[in-house]
Order: sequence, then C-alpha cells, then structure tokens
Amino acid sequence: MNLKFRKISLFLLMTAMLLIVGFLQSWNVALLILNMCIISAIMALGVNLQWGFAGLFNAGIMGFIIVGGLATVIISMPPVQETWSIGGMGIIWGLILTIFTIVLSTLIWRKTKNLSRFRYLPTAIIILIGYLGVRFIAGPAIDAIEGFEAAKTGYLGGFGLPILISWGVGGLLAASIAWVIGKITLDLKSDYLAIATLGISAIILYIAKNEDWLARGVKNVNSIPRPVPYEINLQNELWFQELSTSLNMPLREFSSIFVKLCYCGLFLTVLIAFLWLSQKALFSPWGRMMRAIRDNETSARAMGKNVSKRHLQVFVLGSAMIGVAGAMMTTLDGQFTPNSYTPLRFTFVIYVMVIVGGSGNNLGAILGGFLIWFFWVESEPIGLWLIDNTTSILGEESLIRAHLMESVAHMRYMTMGLILLLVLRFAPKGLIPEEKL
Amino acid sequence: MIDFLNALTLLANYIIVPGLAYGSQLALGALGVTMVYAVLRFSNFAHGELMSFGAMCTILCTWALQSFGISLTILPTALLAIPAAALITVLYCIIINYFVYEHYREKKIDTNTYFIVSIGVLFFTAGLIRLVIGPKDQNFSDGVRFILKARDFKAMTGLNEGLAIKTTQGMTVVVTLILVAFVFWFLNRTRTGKSMRAYSDNEDLALLSGINPKKVILITWIITGILATVAGALYGLDKIYKPFTFMYLVLPVFASAILGGVGNPVGAVVGGYIIAFSELIFTFAYKKFLFYILPESFSPDGLVQLLSTDYKIAVSFLILVIVLLIKPTGIFSGKTI
Repeated sequence: MNLKFRKISLFLLMTAMLLIVGFLQSWNVALLILNMCIISAIMALGVNLQWGFAGLFNAGIMGFIIVGGLATVIISMPPVQETWSIGGMGIIWGLILTIFTIVLSTLIWRKTKNLSRFRYLPTAIIILIGYLGVRFIAGPAIDAIEGFEAAKTGYLGGFGLPILISWGVGGLLAASIAWVIGKITLDLKSDYLAIATLGISAIILYIAKNEDWLARGVKNVNSIPRPVPYEINLQNELWFQELSTSLNMPLREFSSIFVKLCYCGLFLTVLIAFLWLSQKALFSPWGRMMRAIRDNETSARAMGKNVSKRHLQVFVLGSAMIGVAGAMMTTLDGQFTPNSYTPLRFTFVIYVMVIVGGSGNNLGAILGGFLIWFFWVESEPIGLWLIDNTTSILGEESLIRAHLMESVAHMRYMTMGLILLLVLRFAPKGLIPEEKL
Repeated sequence: MIDFLNALTLLANYIIVPGLAYGSQLALGALGVTMVYAVLRFSNFAHGELMSFGAMCTILCTWALQSFGISLTILPTALLAIPAAALITVLYCIIINYFVYEHYREKKIDTNTYFIVSIGVLFFTAGLIRLVIGPKDQNFSDGVRFILKARDFKAMTGLNEGLAIKTTQGMTVVVTLILVAFVFWFLNRTRTGKSMRAYSDNEDLALLSGINPKKVILITWIITGILATVAGALYGLDKIYKPFTFMYLVLPVFASAILGGVGNPVGAVVGGYIIAFSELIFTFAYKKFLFYILPESFSPDGLVQLLSTDYKIAVSFLILVIVLLIKPTGIFSGKTI
C-alpha cells in the first residue's frame, strides 16, 4: 500500500471514529476525548523524539508530566499573602542556599580532579552540610506555611501570572531535570538511563505528594485559572446568546462545547508547532545524524560525532515537549491531583502510542496518540457492552459476570499489553512506518 | 550501661530486625533480576509485576487451603501455599518466554527493544493481576503474629525499650537463607548450574561445548519464577499486599542488583541488604537513640531524621546514582551494562 494513501486513510478513520462518538454519545464527550488526544499526541511526539529518533529509553515520562503540572500551579495560582509573610523568607533563603550548595559542590568537583578517587569526599561533605543547612533554615518556614489554614491553603500559592506562561515554564523545568539525569546516565548503557529515569519520576511523584508547601500535596490544588472564558460568563454575554440561538443549540450545552473548542484551538496550535519543528528536525542534517547514531553508534563515533552530546540534546528536547504537554493537561483539568499519576498510565501508555503509531515517524506518533487514547477512554463502554452481551447467557446473578463487570476497568491494562506485544511481534514498524532516508 | 543497652535495643528493633527482613526480600528480587540479566542479557522491567503475580498466586492458594480448613497453626498458612504458587508462576514465566521472549532471542534483538517487550509483559501482567484479584489491599497473614513480643522482652530484660520480632520477619530470613543457599549450591556444584554459568560467560563457547541454550533458559526462568514468588509472597506477608507498590519496588530491586554488580548472584544478595539497611538508616528518627546515648543536656529537640520516610525511594535512587558515578560495574564487578 502506498504510504501517503495509508496516512490519509488512517487519519480519516480516526476522524470518523471521533465523529461517531459525537453522534452516538455526545459532542461534549467527543471534544473531551479530542482534547486529551491532542495532549497525548504531544507527549507521544516528545517520546518519539527520544525513542524513535535516538533510541533512548526514558522510563520516567510521568515525572516530566508532573513537573509540567507543578509549573501551572506555581505560575498561575494567586499568591497566598499570609503564608508568604510567615514563611516566604525562609523558603527563599532555603532556595538560595540550595543553589549555592549546588554551585559550590560542582566547583569543588571540577577543581579536585587530581584527587581522583578521593574527590567524592569533599563534594559529599559540602552537599551534606548544604542539605542540613537548607533543612535548618527552611524547615520551620515549611511547618509554618503548611500549618496555616491547612484545609483551605497551607501553601505558598503561585505568582498569579497568566497560565499560558506556565506551559513554557513547564517545558523549561522538565528540560533542566532531563539535563541533570542525562548528564549522569547517558554515557552509560541504556539500562541505567531507564532505571534512573524511573527513579527520578518516582521521586518527583513523592515530592508532589508530600511537599504541601509547594502545591498542597495530596490535598490537591483546585480551580486553577483558565486561559479560556468560563461557561457561566459566556452564558451572560449578549453576543453569545445570539450566536447560540442562531445555531439553534441550548445555551448551556453550547457554552460548554464552545469552551472545549477554545481549548482545542490552543492545543492544536501547540501540536502543529511541535509537529512542524519535529519534521524540520527529522529531515535536517541533524535528524539524519541522530538516526545514523541510533542505527550504528560505533561508526558514528568513528566519524567523529559527539554521541553523548547529541543524546543529551535530544533527551532534553523530548523531555521539554513532555513537560509542556503535562502543563497543558493540568490546564485542561483545572486541578492538580498528585494521586492520579501512575507510571502505567503516564509512562508506559505513551510508549504504546509511539510503538503502535510507528516509532521514528512524527505523524505516526500523533496517530498513535489519538488512537490509543481513544481506545483507552472508550474501552470501558465497549468492554461493558461486550461483557453484557456475551455473558447474558450466564444469567443476571452469575458471580463470574459480576466479577467481570466489576473489573472491566482493569481490562484496559491487559489490552494495552496485548496490543503492544502483538504490534511488536507482527508489525514492529507500527501503523505508519519510519520513512527511509 | 543500661542506657547503652536501651539504645542498642532501639536500633535492633527499628533497624536491624526490619532491615534483615526487607533486605532478604530485596535480595531475592535482585537475584531474580540478575539471573535473567546474566543468561538472557536484558533488564527485566516486568520483574516487579512478576513478584506481584507470585504473591497473588500465594494469596489465592492460601485462601484455597484455608477454605479446606488447613492451617499451620503457628506459622502463616501462606508458607504451605508458596510451593503451589511458585509452580503457577514458573508456568506463567515459561509461557511468556515461549510466546514473547523466545522470538526476540532467536532474532538477537538489541537491548532497547527488549525494554519495550518487557513493558508489554509488565502491562499484561499488571492487568491480569488487577483482573484476578482486584486493585485492593489484601492481608493474608495468619498464625501467631510475634516470635518475640515487645512486652515480653521488656519483662525479660527489664529495659525501657522493647524488641519485637514478627513471625513473618523470622520466616523471611530463614526462607531466604535456605533459598539463597540452594541457588548458590545449584549454580556452583551441579552440572546444569555450571552450564548456566558457562552460557552466561560466553554464549558461543558454551554452544560449541554442546550446551543446549533452550534448557539453560528454561532453568533460568524456573529459578526466576521461584525467586520472584518467594520474594513477592514474603514482601506481601511482611507488609501488606498492595498491587501497585510492586511497580516502585523495581527501583530498590534494580538498585540492589546494580550495586552488587549486575549478573553477579553474590552481588545481588549483598546489594539487597545494603540497600535495605541504608533506607532504614537514612529515614530513622534518631531522637530517642541520642537521648539514651548523650548526656541529658545535649539531648536534641527535633526528630533528628535525615530524610522523611516518604522519601525512602530516594535513598535507593541516590545509591544508584553514586554507584553509576563511581563504579558502574558494582561492588563485585558484574557485567558492565
């Protein structure tokens, strides 16, 4: 089959499926799925950059998504004046000391090269002293902040800036964490990168869950400001009421669809920008070099290419994309809930997207993002319908039927595993294979 | 002197006893990871879920035994259930190997693809576990809870601090000792074990000497399945069985294997204990300990805790990073990966 024809028909199929949901369930649901599809597609693009272009296995995608979410809280929430006055100074001094410790320890690390093995000792002592100092300075401040009206605030709040800024900040934060991880592990073989990224993502999750002064931890941050108008305000606008009557749609439903369309427009802009950048990168000398490194590292090294530098570059860029997508997701949800992040859902499903769509192909990654997210959401209604019909012979009171109905939500994990294994085995190139140079 | 003994008991109660138990569980897990790495040459990300699968089978078998009215009175019934559960887990491993891994081994696929394959297995296993037993916590420990109760210890010695040893902790250490001894005996003393080591050392030479790779791999999965079941079941007995915790247990398990030297069985066991003890040492609150040791005027106000227990996972990560920076081959110089 012609590749172009294949691409077009697959994307048409995807559109048709979303339209079917729109007609059968509701347009609200269809748009909700579409919005998350776009975000998933951006995550998949980021992973495709790392895995598809460069063959780097990042097992900590969840961590970068959480960092993006944290960025939205820090940037867009209004500051809590009281907690700032109680503990703001303590936190700021703690941050300054942290930065000072990091700078000092790297300096000492660099200056003590001649000590060879023993250079770990002075660096370790500096870090330990710095850590204890930060605890000593920031500890009481953190207790004071977390104790202040814990049920309502109990955190510092954010900077109260427009939330769209946080998308960029989320990307930058994710990129800087990726830089540190990459520096340590990228020179070693891939197993270490995988385990280190898994570790850092777990640590980020625990920070998000436990550091209440930062983002309220498991108490969640609700009503994060939106980049789009609120339904209730729209319903009171005269032009909107006229528009809704002229389209012959109920005001309330139309307002919610309108808001989702606004999100959709914003997300699409980001997706198209990232797709354009990724395509440019893939079909540039840089992209060809990345793929050459992936396919044969030794000969790339022999040609004088700085493999570790290129790996670090692509790892940081991909993580930044994932961070942006994470910030977008929290923006769409309007709340930051650390408990909802799990590695299965936020790390490994993204891999299923990339592999199924076609690793190494940007359009493939996007298609995979759309397709897998669609089935992730719709597998529950489809599964329920299937079980309902196939087990109806067993009778209403059957225990097996009850158990299956109850556990249908977990069926999707198994399905994802099966899809991944089958695609890997029988169509390892994915739906839209990588294009030859 | 009495203060010193009190301080010592405190350490024994909160660090040494739990550390030995947790270290044994990690050691068994790391041994499984290392075996797969040594023979099949890939890092098995699904190992955590395999442990979870083994624990689940143990729970199901325990329930079956209990429904027949069988119990071990003093010891947890799960001890009887472990062999049956291990059998099921080994079968599961062999099936997965036959349908999934074998194909890629024959094609000599690169390590990176193996990751993705093991993630597929991880997903499938995680889904299967949630489908069969559900995502909820399960407590399946029965029998006498303590070997030594804190109150009895206090009455016996007249100290202020108590020392409690849970039955599950004692059992964990004993079972681990037996199993590890068996695995080392098998690897070093039997013909099959030696052929496994030879295969791990140099695949081509082993093939030349007529070693059957299929047999070696089959035995590797049998040992891995048994180790994973026992590790998972003991972990579940000692704490409580929570399906989602095993995803994160992969981290300390891999840290143990890497710290000891991947592919080196002795290293895996040593690494397990080191990781377990450092987790406890870093997250223990030393306030009371210092209260006993130091003169009264010096006794501290705070908890004197280096890291809050929520960040236990950070300790294994930290150790991992330090090993990667200083000696990527690990203590016992395993294969560099």
